[in-house]
Amino acid sequence: MAGVMKTPSAAEAKLAADYSGVRAALPGNSAVGQLRDAAFDQFKQAGLPTRRVEAWHYTDLRLAMRDVLPLAKATRTDVALNTLAPAIADVDSIRLVLVDGFFAPELSDVACLPKGVSVASLADVLAKGDAGLMEALSAPGMGQNDAALALNTAFMQGGVIIDVAPATQVATAIEIVALASDGAAQAVYSRSLLRVGHGATITLIEREAGGASHAQQRNHAFVVSLADEAQFEHVFVPAPMSAGSTHVASMLVTLGAKAQFNSFTLTCGGGLLRRQVFMRFDGEHAKGQLAGATLLQGKDHADTTLIVQHVAPHCMSREYFKTVLDGDATGVYQGKVIVAPGAQKTDGAMKSHAILLSDGATMNNKPELEIFADDVVCGHGATVAQLDEDQIFYAMARGLPKPVAQSMLLEAFVDEATDRVESEPVRAYLTGLIAQWLKARGLA
Amino acid sequence: MIEIRNLHAEIDGKQIINGLSLTVQNGEVAAIMGPNGSGKSTLSYVISGRDGYEVTGGEILLNGENILEMNAAERAAHGVFLAFQYPLEIPGVTTMTFLKACLNAQRKSRGEAELSTPDFMKRVKAGAEKLGVPQDMLRRALNVGFSGGEKKRMEVLQMSLLEPSFAILDETDSGLDIDALRIVSEGVNALRDPKRSFLVITHYQRLLDYIVPDTVHVMSKGQIVKTGPKELALELEANGYRDYVGEAA
Repeated sequence: MAGVMKTPSAAEAKLAADYSGVRAALPGNSAVGQLRDAAFDQFKQAGLPTRRVEAWHYTDLRLAMRDVLPLAKATRTDVALNTLAPAIADVDSIRLVLVDGFFAPELSDVACLPKGVSVASLADVLAKGDAGLMEALSAPGMGQNDAALALNTAFMQGGVIIDVAPATQVATAIEIVALASDGAAQAVYSRSLLRVGHGATITLIEREAGGASHAQQRNHAFVVSLADEAQFEHVFVPAPMSAGSTHVASMLVTLGAKAQFNSFTLTCGGGLLRRQVFMRFDGEHAKGQLAGATLLQGKDHADTTLIVQHVAPHCMSREYFKTVLDGDATGVYQGKVIVAPGAQKTDGAMKSHAILLSDGATMNNKPELEIFADDVVCGHGATVAQLDEDQIFYAMARGLPKPVAQSMLLEAFVDEATDRVESEPVRAYLTGLIAQWLKARGLA
Repeated sequence: MIEIRNLHAEIDGKQIINGLSLTVQNGEVAAIMGPNGSGKSTLSYVISGRDGYEVTGGEILLNGENILEMNAAERAAHGVFLAFQYPLEIPGVTTMTFLKACLNAQRKSRGEAELSTPDFMKRVKAGAEKLGVPQDMLRRALNVGFSGGEKKRMEVLQMSLLEPSFAILDETDSGLDIDALRIVSEGVNALRDPKRSFLVITHYQRLLDYIVPDTVHVMSKGQIVKTGPKELALELEANGYRDYVGEAA
């Protein structure tokens, strides 16, 4: 649509005005300023994504963002961290806390970082404007046409930069806890970066909390670079937000040779969520798995969009997602696996399965393969179904009340995805959240 | 004891049970035989309370209590058990988890204390041993990948744990070889009890060699059209149903 003049929506016009207003105050040296300007120009050209943009066909952000909320301001640290995000049972972790997108070292365990792990605030890094870091932060070659990501580049205010030195085996999990102070409706733009050195191993849990009482417009990007033979276990749990909220959570991951990446996202609804993951295999014999479970009800809308690029040969990718939809909720799964001409011996398998619990729920399932190599094994499967009435009757005939029978079947359905999380206590934490969701909707 | 009086039931507006009356006394094993489409399986679903089967008349009393207003789970807790012709596979739920959930749901519904895990394990292990159900089967997802014989044994194991007062066996012999049939039948026979009644639905007389009934009923067009002693089954095997089903023969 480039070159076609469009009338900006009220929100787009407001974003432009806001950008001019805050540009000078946003963190970063002049190079960062140029990066922001270029990104905002790109955004202005494209506008907020609408259903006319293929990658956003099922999530019309322009329609959802009728208004623009004020940009989050100074760091608030009077937040009840342990109430909002209680420790995960049996998981020993080091916490890095973001409040309204800003890194809050005073709430974080920065004093006890394991050897080989260093942490910095995005704002500090942008102020220095180190060229290498800037390049890493911008994840070149990924998500370039995405207007929501461009918006993130333009407005990014806070975030955390984590570096894991080569050969470091981080035994303790790192947690990025992103809290919303919840004092007002606001827009939060944050970007974080994780670089895992050669042969290093790390587990990182991204959790969000708060934000249920005021509308939020969150736009968060997490850039991950895995060097050769690095291993990364990742779990992401976005917080349910109030109705009218929008949340774009992007992840951009590159894998070096023999790197291993295993990511799981648990979405329990609330507002509109766009989860987009860009994963690129740059080195041979790497393995990447993206899995997730999405539980939606009411007017929840959750979109999982994956772009998996096999550039190097001999790599393996797995995508495995389960979605449960109730009420008038809408689910979206778009998974695109692209196998470049040289990426022979690629092994790719993608599955998305959904269960609809109500007449009003909608699931849009769109798996895609684009294969330009001739010696690959790639497959995909997508299903949308209801709970099996025969199974429910069978369980009821053995004495299980209907809601219990339904919950049991749904848990079993979702467990096939959570089973892919390596750590048992983390898995228990996730299944606990799933059980809570089922209980809250009266199924347990 | 179960008493079915002048039962009428339909599914999707189609009348399947047409004024059926039947009593099975405590301690009695009654067999129902009948041609395809006579309504045998529908009867088992109506008694056990499957959604979608509408009772348009009559009543079903279990030990004097009308169960028609109860849902399937409540009927199970009151002592109704249906052994399925084709037991369902429940992926992702281990047999052990399922059995414990069912047993405790029934106990809870009756106001009884839930069984502790050790007590439950003891009962399951004892029951499984009697039926030759290996322990590793209990750790697998319920009925997933089980052979026909294993599934039917699992049904009998469930029945033995849930201790119903009235059990329906819906074509329990289907899909079983002779050995499996013998094992399953022995399992059922071990549960025969003066306080328990059985309704055995079958196409073939063969099953009744193993589970010997006290009474045989012939069902046709949604009614019981003939009741007799166990020898009636032999007569049916020899002559077919033509004497009882009129023009449908």
